[in-house]
Amino acid sequence: MRTVRLIARLDIKAPNLIKGIHLEGLRVIGDPNVYARRYYEQGADELIYMDIVASLYERNSLTDIVEKATRNVFIPLTVGGGVRSVEDARKLLASGADKVGLNTAAVRRPALISEIAQRFGSQAVVLSIEAKRSGPVHWEAYTDNGREHTGLDVVTWAKRATELGAGEILLTSVDQEGTRKGFDVALVRAVTDVVSIPVIASGGMGKIDHLMEVIRDGHADAVAMADVLHYNRTTLDAIRREVLAFDAPVRRVA
Amino acid sequence: MTQKSVVVVDYGMGNVLSVCRAFQNQGANVALTGQAGEIAGAERLILPGVGAFGDCMKALEQRGLVEPILEFLRSERPFLGICVGMQILMDAGDEFGGYPGLGLFPGRVVQIASQSADGATRKIPHIGWTPIAPPESATDHRWAGTMFEGTPRQTPFYFVHSFTAAPLNATDVLASAYYAGAHVTAAIGRDNITGVQFHPEKSGPAGLALIERFLSL
Repeated sequence: MRTVRLIARLDIKAPNLIKGIHLEGLRVIGDPNVYARRYYEQGADELIYMDIVASLYERNSLTDIVEKATRNVFIPLTVGGGVRSVEDARKLLASGADKVGLNTAAVRRPALISEIAQRFGSQAVVLSIEAKRSGPVHWEAYTDNGREHTGLDVVTWAKRATELGAGEILLTSVDQEGTRKGFDVALVRAVTDVVSIPVIASGGMGKIDHLMEVIRDGHADAVAMADVLHYNRTTLDAIRREVLAFDAPVRRVA
Repeated sequence: MTQKSVVVVDYGMGNVLSVCRAFQNQGANVALTGQAGEIAGAERLILPGVGAFGDCMKALEQRGLVEPILEFLRSERPFLGICVGMQILMDAGDEFGGYPGLGLFPGRVVQIASQSADGATRKIPHIGWTPIAPPESATDHRWAGTMFEGTPRQTPFYFVHSFTAAPLNATDVLASAYYAGAHVTAAIGRDNITGVQFHPEKSGPAGLALIERFLSL
């Protein structure tokens, strides 16, 4: 039986934790380390940090935040945003990240996926795809928080990245992100059906039914949540208890 | 009580910062080093490791650390190998054409099959929290006196790997796990030597409790 991971996603505009809708209209939430520790204590299976401005301003700002997190958060950390080279990846991993997230730089030069995978292992490479629906069963990959077209078909790009050595895919629906209206289940299923690596569904979590749908019908291997947690509308331990009551395959926390 | 001290082998492989921080969080005095003398003379030794089996062995060889580690292992002081740091305790690894390991436990490190017996696809790498238990062939006392003593059976720990150790001696297996129907060796152990495939430093409170127990061995 697979175990679906429940992941807290922290979008960062250093030094703050922020949240938007459709990845835009950003609001400051607070100190990312306070929230990271809170989600750790609630039993998060992993944390994802995404620096949402790094790729726009061509700089990194996450290393300090991650380095602090390693002092009191003892679960896997994925860190992305502005990773442009093997050296950028090395710096983040040396600061305590377990995996690095790639988007813009991988779109520009897909070989970067292979280079980082060869140096640090596929398990350290998470391809982040920002997907926007472009037809009934088609999605296009975007960069820069859903603003820049890439012309890449999401399913094709996911397959290609797998072949290049990505170890996981963080699949964010720009259409659903921040709406609390549920995941784009068809998108998640389209990708999980064709790739052999784990897929993290992100964007749209509003209630337990949404989570159950994306696990059951989308075949998500992991689910990332942000909004629903940041505004204290529920907690990860409450979510876990509820989905366990529905026999969802998530980790039992003592 | 005096502070426990551990040496973490620094050979350029893996998220050593997280390993150090987890041991520090449990009150240990941690030294991260690639110095042969400090490694051989450590009170307790931790060998982390991430990436390919052969790359890890090559990195140890290039830094002249194989002999100091073997010297430490003969000392009967507590040793913990994590992830590939556990795998290289075996005879050899199959990854990328095969590479000899430290040979402390008979058996090889083999790829987890990407298909289950019924033909279903099994996603590789195995990433996630998977419950562990003593192997079925072991007695209920298998964990007594080890770092697993007091750990409830079926406690989930965080795994991320594509290869698994296949010890020839069933008695070397300390803990087993099942990932999508595939048996994986979660831990091996004999005398002062323990190796864990999962990451205790990334396994939340359960992982920290294991680390605490290792420090009291």
